[in-house]
Amino acid sequence: MATPIENPLYPFKESPSQTAGPYVHIGLTPNFCGIPGVYDKDLGTAMVTDKTKGERIKLEGRVIDGGGNPLKDALVEIWQADADGIYRGRAEPEFSGWGRCPADAETGIFRFETIKPGRVAFPDGRLQAPHINVWIVARGINLGLNTRIYFEDEAEANAGDPVLARIEHRDRLTTLIAKGKAGAYSHDIHLQGPQETVFFDI
Amino acid sequence: MKSNQTQIANFFPRDRSWHPKAYTPDYKTSVLRSPSRALIAFGNTLSETTGPAFGHDTIGPLDNDLVLNFAQSGMSAIGERVIVEGRVLDERGQPVPNVLIEFWQANAGGRYRHKKDGYLAPLDPNFGGCGRTLSGDDGAFAFRTIRPGPYPWPNGPNDWRPAHIHFSVFGLGFAQRLITQMYFEGDPLIPRCPIVRTINDPKAIDQLTARLDMSASAPMDALAYRFDIILRGSRSTLFENRLEGN
Ligand SMILES: [Fe+3]
Repeated sequence: MATPIENPLYPFKESPSQTAGPYVHIGLTPNFCGIPGVYDKDLGTAMVTDKTKGERIKLEGRVIDGGGNPLKDALVEIWQADADGIYRGRAEPEFSGWGRCPADAETGIFRFETIKPGRVAFPDGRLQAPHINVWIVARGINLGLNTRIYFEDEAEANAGDPVLARIEHRDRLTTLIAKGKAGAYSHDIHLQGPQETVFFDI
Repeated sequence: MKSNQTQIANFFPRDRSWHPKAYTPDYKTSVLRSPSRALIAFGNTLSETTGPAFGHDTIGPLDNDLVLNFAQSGMSAIGERVIVEGRVLDERGQPVPNVLIEFWQANAGGRYRHKKDGYLAPLDPNFGGCGRTLSGDDGAFAFRTIRPGPYPWPNGPNDWRPAHIHFSVFGLGFAQRLITQMYFEGDPLIPRCPIVRTINDPKAIDQLTARLDMSASAPMDALAYRFDIILRGSRSTLFENRLEGN
């Protein structure tokens, strides 16, 4: 079979991934790891302003390895829709929808202060439940991991979510649903083991 | 400004045999950090095909110059001065414009400015080790740095990383997000490195190996290395042009 690299329609292959390594924070959050003055501030630290529309939420969690140990060198990025269910990028200065957080060097906890996202349409028109898209890199992770965070207090929307519906082993759904209410949620991500989080091939 | 919304229908599926597998026991840290259940696929929705965008207001004047961006006034980083230049393209060979590229590296002695790096080699007081830039309209990017040193790392009894620069790249959609490393042509440590060897195909390793490019070098100043970054290709939607100019 012709590989895409030999196919004139698709002359290139995606650059192969390599681990972010133990010092990813030098590159992506230098102020956080003691390299001040190169950038004004680390990107992705503030997601909302006073003017951002929507319900304020706090989300915190840890990334946990197969031995039960929280990763203290992970980096987590999130990407989400605004309160109206629209992905904004830079078009909306009051809410970029993107956040980046290094795991705490002592506890491994990551934290985001953001808003509850609105519902976004699936390609067939059905509405997805409110969710936050997550990308995790760290030493020992060879290719960034993609998962999602849904919300425990959105049970009705979750029940009709077309992506959650794809998960054959229904007992694994809980690995995608943050616990909490009233704007404070917690969500651990397990890389391995009996509670292994569902990761997506997006 | 052009909206990111609904520009892309679907990215080409990732060829996961070209990328490293999650579980690569010769790279020991992967053993407990690799998911063992199958990934779930569902195609792409707007959650995957859209992504954050960054503008020139994000980038400071020295962000693409690691020789100077941490140096005291009148000083510069120690080491072989190099220019790294290339293009961000997709699998169809089309330029990926205006995407943020971030990079970080050890100093010329192979030491990172990080409290967890205890390697014997000294810190360089004039070298921080991070930089960033945006790709241009034609996907091109360039930055100046010093060639990083190789360094030993705790894995096997005598494992060394080849000289490398770490790269983080955004695309147009969150599903294109990529972290990788660039190596330098001719480095004998490349084929010996357990992290490099998480990649199976020698052609894929070759894709991460920058080539000396004398024509792009700055005479009496810096050698140039060429490193192109390829992101996942995409199938456009019917709406691609309609949103232009929004
Ligand atoms: Fe490194």
